[in-house]
Amino acid sequence: MTEDNKPLVRIEGLHKYYGHHHVLKGIDMTVKKGEVAVVIGPSGSGKSTMLRCVNLMETISAGRIHVGDALIGHREINGKLHDLHTKEIAAQRRNIGMVFQKFNLFPHMTALENVIEAPVQVKGQNKNEAKNRAHELLKMVGLGDKTQHYPSQLSGGQQQRVAIARALAMEPEVMLFDEPTSALDPELVGDVLNVMKDLARSGMTMIVVTHEIGFAREVGDTLTFMDGGVVVESGDPRAIIADPQHARTREFLSRVL
Amino acid sequence: MNLKDDAPVLNHSVPVRHPWRWFSAAVIILVVLVFASTFFTNPKYGWDIVGKYMLDTRVVQGVGWTLFLTVTSMALAIVLAIILAIMRQSDNPVLRWTAWFWVWFFRGTPVYTQLIFWGLVTVLFPLISVGFNGQELIHIVVTDPTKGLVPAILGLGLNESAYLAEIFRAGLKSVDKGQNEAAQALGMSNGKIMWRIILPQAMRIIVPPTGNETIGMLKTTSLVLAVPYTLDLTFVTNALANRLYTPIPFLIIAAFWYLLVTSILMVGQFYIEKHYGKGVDGGAPQVMNPDALKAQMAGLGAPKMSGQ
Ligand SMILES: Nc1ncnc2c1ncn2[C@@H]1O[C@H](COP(=O)(O)OP(=O)(O)OP(=O)(O)O)[C@@H](O)[C@H]1O
Ligand SMILES: [Mg+2]
Repeated sequence: MTEDNKPLVRIEGLHKYYGHHHVLKGIDMTVKKGEVAVVIGPSGSGKSTMLRCVNLMETISAGRIHVGDALIGHREINGKLHDLHTKEIAAQRRNIGMVFQKFNLFPHMTALENVIEAPVQVKGQNKNEAKNRAHELLKMVGLGDKTQHYPSQLSGGQQQRVAIARALAMEPEVMLFDEPTSALDPELVGDVLNVMKDLARSGMTMIVVTHEIGFAREVGDTLTFMDGGVVVESGDPRAIIADPQHARTREFLSRVL
Repeated sequence: MNLKDDAPVLNHSVPVRHPWRWFSAAVIILVVLVFASTFFTNPKYGWDIVGKYMLDTRVVQGVGWTLFLTVTSMALAIVLAIILAIMRQSDNPVLRWTAWFWVWFFRGTPVYTQLIFWGLVTVLFPLISVGFNGQELIHIVVTDPTKGLVPAILGLGLNESAYLAEIFRAGLKSVDKGQNEAAQALGMSNGKIMWRIILPQAMRIIVPPTGNETIGMLKTTSLVLAVPYTLDLTFVTNALANRLYTPIPFLIIAAFWYLLVTSILMVGQFYIEKHYGKGVDGGAPQVMNPDALKAQMAGLGAPKMSGQ
């Protein structure tokens, strides 16, 4: 009973410094299982940095992040935090999928090879099993006929959908998206968003940094507006979009809508 | 559609003349012919000796040893270079400086000197003994039953590793750092990321200059007389030339074999480059949808059709 209400992702008092540059100034955010949390905010507000802290692409300066029962990047012994070994960090990351703005597909591998790489190499999955699953996933993102294509032979939108399939192949508990459609030509954005909407409806827990307000309105369970390294406002996406409570939110939305 | 009706009248314009092109070509051909004619008229080439010794057992074995030296010392150099390049990227300053010092030292001294040194190691350290509290635990007498082969490989390989390390470092740096992040995000270990993601992509940058180095190494092996090692192609052909007082035929024999092996190495390089260009250089097997393929075939079938 309490299990259902306990958030899957808990970010508490997250601070991040780059040298003296204070980028995140105490972020609190929770995402329940099956929820889609959309994060918006102006350029440089720290959205990417926050997302990257969740799977430890960046070190955490202060605060704690939990995904499920795991304390990200640390082990707590008698109230003192100890860094995890690289291998343990890798193990934590397997549970967290990430999709990048620039896709970052492996260019020397076909779409299919991209998708089976981690299941086979990291999880030690049987190659044929992994291939069957990869075919299903690629079909799901609408690329069932492109399995043997190399990334250079795919459009940006197709590459991003392969990247989503690649992340899903590890069967993560939560998926992080960092502006997945920002690098795409306008006519290719729709296909990627549709895949993400299907994923949201299938019950995947997602944190999505995006400028696509329509996406937030349609499938978002929460909307978080960040500015200057703090959360300015968060709540129900439709309520915030229709009636923002803060001047900065109002100004930002008026610019992107 | 009747082709004759709408076929265009061709221009048949007069092309620009290039008299100097013809003249320079004629001069070069003339020089080559004059030089080539000496092949038949000048007895000093000693074609009979060339023919007699081209497949001489000592010569063919010399080719074999030269090839063996090239392959083993390059293999040693490649392994060391990968380790050095990774050390250069390490967070550990001791590893970084060690790699830097290695490159500085082996690149900064002549390979000839290094080969002499490795040949003299048995003189420098006639025995190695490891002891503790005045009690001798290990006692090794340093001898070289390989008659210079191991020192030659060490000398060539260590020297080459310094050059290759720089090539590998440039290759590793050329891979976008998003690749590392994507692999990390999938939970891959650092070793797997290097071996399966970064290195295969870096190889595209690494292979062409490494092929160059391999061909260079083939010829650098002729310096192993410094060790001294006496079974390689250059030493063997020189020795035969000195014995028969006929240097030129043996130079021709040596040049022929070096060129032949170089040509074979170039073919190998071509295929290795093609392999690592997969997915990037259009070396990928072209996947096409059937309609596009048909359209292309149609285009090929009637390339001269004009005016549609
Ligand atoms: N590796 C880094 N070193 C130093 N400063 C950094 C680094 N990465 C990001 N920053 C700084 O941190 C701040 C937040 O960057 P971040 O990329 O998180 O912003 P963002 O909200 O994702 O912006 P955008 O919408 O442009 O992607 C910026 O001021 C940026 O200059
Ligand atoms: Mg960003």
